[in-house]
Amino acid sequence: MTKTEHEKTNQYNTRNCQNTRNLKNWTLSWVISMAIAAFAPKFLWDYNTIFTAIAVVINLGIGFGMLMSNRRYLRGLDEMQQKIMFDAMGLTLGVGLVVGLSYELLEDIKLITFQPEIAHLVVIMCLTYLGGIVAGNRKFQ
Amino acid sequence: MKNRLKVLRAERDWTQAQLASALDVSRQTINAIEKGKFDPSLPLAFKTARLFEMAIEDIFQDED
Repeated sequence: MTKTEHEKTNQYNTRNCQNTRNLKNWTLSWVISMAIAAFAPKFLWDYNTIFTAIAVVINLGIGFGMLMSNRRYLRGLDEMQQKIMFDAMGLTLGVGLVVGLSYELLEDIKLITFQPEIAHLVVIMCLTYLGGIVAGNRKFQ
Repeated sequence: MKNRLKVLRAERDWTQAQLASALDVSRQTINAIEKGKFDPSLPLAFKTARLFEMAIEDIFQDED
């Protein structure tokens, strides 16, 4: 295999970079649209129902685009990278379910005085997913 | 599962990156297969066999 042949056939990295860049753009757009839907009604258009509804619909549309981009990203990975991702997702789902329900229970049985926030669960799930990916990569190193 | 990927690659003077490109996988995956930490799927094993122009069982062997 010559160097030229190698460069010509090096499609995996190129495809992976394109899919990652695409996912990054969709995620960034989704975060911005989420911020607009969350804060603009109060600070920009004084809770105008039509503008707020449009912002929410746009946020949902971009969210769907992000999901499709994530799907394309996962399908573009090779089989080992996919296994690492799917293992991390399985772990995240399990931790999210167990921790989420226990967290909710804490308030019901008066062990905590504050209202459980969904954002706390999202942070736990993000950290679990990140930890799962790192652990998976170390396992196959 | 044992395999002779590292030896076969070295015989052809290919790098892990070159082999990864030829098989359309990441370099990390080639490294993991060579170290026996990851067993490839049947399609990837067939693709590897075709690349080396060998039978699958001449590259991958069951450890039992």
